[in-house]
Amino acid sequence: MTRYWHLFKDSALLYSFGRDKVAMASFSVLLLLVVLSFLSPLIAPFDPYDPAGIDIMDSDIPPSWQEEGDPRFTLGTDAQGRDMLSTMLYGTRISITIGLFAVLLQSILGILLGLAAGYYGGRIDAFLMRLADIQLSFSTLMVAIVVLAVFQASFGTELYNDLAIFMLILVIGIAEWPQYARTVRASVLAEKKKEYVDAVRVIGLGSRRIMLRHILPNTLSPILVISTVQVANAIMSEAALSFLGLGMPVNKPSLGSLINSGFEYILSGSWWITAFPAAILIILVLVINLLGDWLRDVLNPKLYKD
Amino acid sequence: MIAFLVKRFGQALVVMFVISLISFSIQDNLGDPLRELLGQSVSEAERQVLRDEMGLNDPFLVQYWRFLKKAVRGDLGNSYFFKRPALEVIMEKFPATMELVLGATLIILFLSIPIGVYCAINPRSWFTKVMMGMSIIGISIPVFLTAIMLIYLFSIALGWLPSFGRGETTMIGFWETGMLTWDGLVHLILPSVALSSIMLPLFIRLIRSEMMEVLEQDYIRFAWAKGLSRKRIWFLHALKNTLLPVITVGGVQIGTMIAYTILTETVFQWPGMGFLFLEAVNRVDTPLIIAYLIVVGVIFVITNTVVDLIYGLVNPTVRLAGGHS
Repeated sequence: MTRYWHLFKDSALLYSFGRDKVAMASFSVLLLLVVLSFLSPLIAPFDPYDPAGIDIMDSDIPPSWQEEGDPRFTLGTDAQGRDMLSTMLYGTRISITIGLFAVLLQSILGILLGLAAGYYGGRIDAFLMRLADIQLSFSTLMVAIVVLAVFQASFGTELYNDLAIFMLILVIGIAEWPQYARTVRASVLAEKKKEYVDAVRVIGLGSRRIMLRHILPNTLSPILVISTVQVANAIMSEAALSFLGLGMPVNKPSLGSLINSGFEYILSGSWWITAFPAAILIILVLVINLLGDWLRDVLNPKLYKD
Repeated sequence: MIAFLVKRFGQALVVMFVISLISFSIQDNLGDPLRELLGQSVSEAERQVLRDEMGLNDPFLVQYWRFLKKAVRGDLGNSYFFKRPALEVIMEKFPATMELVLGATLIILFLSIPIGVYCAINPRSWFTKVMMGMSIIGISIPVFLTAIMLIYLFSIALGWLPSFGRGETTMIGFWETGMLTWDGLVHLILPSVALSSIMLPLFIRLIRSEMMEVLEQDYIRFAWAKGLSRKRIWFLHALKNTLLPVITVGGVQIGTMIAYTILTETVFQWPGMGFLFLEAVNRVDTPLIIAYLIVVGVIFVITNTVVDLIYGLVNPTVRLAGGHS
C-alpha cells in the first residue's frame, strides 16, 4: 500500500495538479459538491422525501434575503412547499449517483467489447465497430428518449417512477458503450504490436489473461480521460431526460426534474426554483469538464479520432 | 464509387429494418388496439371474433410482414388523438423542425469556422483565450438551460423577442414556412440560438484543433517556403484539409441535433415534430410515436449517406480506394 502511495505522491500527475490552479479549484468544488450531497441526509435542514414534513402553505417562498422570504428556508421553497436547499442536496446526490453508475456500466461494456474487437480483430472487430458506428449515429439522447418513452408508456407512470433511477442508469450506460469501445480498441491495436505482448504470448499465457492483465493496464490513461468527460455527459443526459419528464419523478427529483418543475413558474416570477438547481448543475458539469481538460493535457493520450 | 453506394445502401436497409422491427414491437406491446376501437360493453367472445378478423391472433412474422407492407406504402395507421393518418400529422410538423435545424446550422456554420480558424492562427491572442474559456462553459450548459436563460433574458427581462410558437407563417405548397415574414423570423431567433448553443463550442474546438494540426504539416511549411501569401495558405490550403474531419463529425452530430430539437421545441413550444412526439408519448399515441421514429430514421439514413457522399467527393483518397477510408 505504501508503495502505491509513494508512486502516487511522486507522480507527474500530482505534480502538475499542484501547479494548475484551475484543476485544483475545480477539484475542490467537485469534492465539496460530492461530499455535501452525499451527506445530505445528515446536513439537510428538511427531508424532501417525507410528505409529512412538507406543508403546502409554505409553497413558493422566495429566498430568505428577499422581502417575503422566510428565515427557515434559506433558498426559498418550490411549488410543493419543499425547502429548496434540502431538495437540491438530495437532487445533486441522485444526479451524481446516476452519472457515476451509468459511466461504470458504459466502461465495463465498452472496455470488454473494445478489448475483444482490438485483440481478436477480423470479423468480430468489423461487426462490433459497425455496430458502434450505427449506434453513435443515432445519438445517445435520441436512443434514451425513445427507450424511456416506450417504457414509460408500457409500464405506466406509477411503476416507472419506482424504476426510474435504474432505467436511467441502464439506458445511459448502454447507449454510450461505443465511446469506450472505440478508444480502447485504438489503444489495443497500438499495444498489440509491441514486444511485451509477443513475449507473454510466447510464454503461453491465455488470451484472456493477456488482454486483462497485460494490455488493459496500458490503455488506462485514455480510459481515465474519457471517463471524466463521460460522467459530465451522463449527468447532462440525465438532466435533459428528467427535464422532458422521462427521468426522475417529481417526488424524488434530480436536478433536471427540479428545473423542469420550476420552469412552469418562471413566467410568474418564481425564478429561484429554476435558477438554483440550474446553477448547481452547470457548476457540477463545468468542473468535471475542466478536470477532464486538464487530465487530457497532462496524460496526453492518443484518443480515437475519425 | 458504385461499390461504395451499394455498401451504403445495404447499411441503410439494415438500419431501417431495425427501426421497423422496433416500431412494430412497440405497436404490438403498447396498448390494445381493440380497446381504442371499442367501448367497455363489448363481450369477450365478440372481442375474440374481432381479433381473428383483424388478424391480431396471427403469428408474429405474418403480422410484421403486413405492417411492413403498409409502412412501405406510407400507411402507419391513424393517430389516436388526431384521428388522422399519423404520417400526415408528422409531415405537417416536419417543416417547423427543419427550419429550426436550418437556423441552428447556419449559426454554427457562420460562427464556428471563422472563430475556429482565428483561434488556430492566433493561439496566444486574448480573443482565443476568451473563446476557449467560453467554449468549455458552453459545452457544460445543457441545451434546455440555455433555452430557459434566453427566454428569461430576452423575453421576460428585456421583452425584445417572443418566447414561444412560430409566429406568422405562410404556406408554400405543402411547406408551412415561417421564414418569409418578419414575425416568423423573429420567432426563429431564440430557438435556433438555443439549439446551436451546444454544438457551436464543440465545432469551434474541433476546427481549432484540426487547423492547428494541419498547420504543422509539411505541405504547409513548403507553402510558406514557396512564399505564398498568408491568406492563400490559411484559407485555401489549410482550411480545405481542416474541413474534412469536420464534415464527418457534422454528420454524426445531425443525429444529436434532432434529439436536441425535442428539448428546444419543448421549451419554446415550437410546433415541430419533437414537440409532437413528446405529446404523443404522454398520450400513449402509438401510431404517432412509430411515425416519428420512422421519419427520424429516414432522416438519419439520408443525412449519413449524403455526408459520406460529400466526404467521398471532397476527399480523393476515398474515391480511389473504392469506398474504403
